[in-house]
Amino acid sequence: MSDMNASLTYEVHAGDIEQGGSASAALKSELRKMGICEEQARRVGIIAFEGEMNLLLYATNGGTLKAEVTPEAIDITVEDDGPGIDDIDLAMRPGYSTAPDWALNLGFGAGMGLVNMKRNSNFFEIHSHTGKGTLIRCRVNRRKNDAAD
Amino acid sequence: MMLLTDVVTALGLQVLTSGVGFDREVRGGIVCDLLSIVLAKAQPQDMWITIQRHQNIVAVAKVTSVAGVILADGIVPEQDVIDRASEEGILLLATKESSFVVCGKLFALLSSEEE
Repeated sequence: MSDMNASLTYEVHAGDIEQGGSASAALKSELRKMGICEEQARRVGIIAFEGEMNLLLYATNGGTLKAEVTPEAIDITVEDDGPGIDDIDLAMRPGYSTAPDWALNLGFGAGMGLVNMKRNSNFFEIHSHTGKGTLIRCRVNRRKNDAAD
Repeated sequence: MMLLTDVVTALGLQVLTSGVGFDREVRGGIVCDLLSIVLAKAQPQDMWITIQRHQNIVAVAKVTSVAGVILADGIVPEQDVIDRASEEGILLLATKESSFVVCGKLFALLSSEEE
């Protein structure tokens, strides 16, 4: 069961705070049903939640959250078509956030989103172009005892 | 071993969700209202104490696998949040006491178990 290949895709709509987290919660449930262990599903869930929230809070048109499961790894892709991130190094700095006040009041904008994604990944990459969009790829290895970097 | 049912009884917590079990073990806790900090630090078998009441707490509890969520300071979420938690198997609990007081009681309870 856990050796199966699968691809799961979720559309995340901009500003849809009421549905925030529903894609990542659903993804985690699916992974558990596939036989992925709790620790790996948990790491994917955290990566997915942060990615989902970034799409919801910052992406002009929302975006796509995708997870591809192979026997070797779970690859998470978060993609949007703008506005893009001007300074990725700054965005990656723990505590840095551009969240608006309404989001801060709901407990978002700790400036830990991208950091949490990276910490839970065995492989992490982010590409962004102002005006074009952002693409984040995270990999969680499925080998036993392969903790995050 | 401390179970959810022991924590609920000892702290006099109000149970908001329905159909969610109390048989999970509790070993620790996290108190925080910033969701990314909870995602970074919460461990399975932690109780999460917060004053956030919106839908997203259900997803955060789900992905982190915390044992349960305690809403402090008399915070009660909308019914749709409670329903979603029940569907996801997330135990939502409520108390009129502050986060500070809840943490103190939980810490004392878990410490007494270790002795």
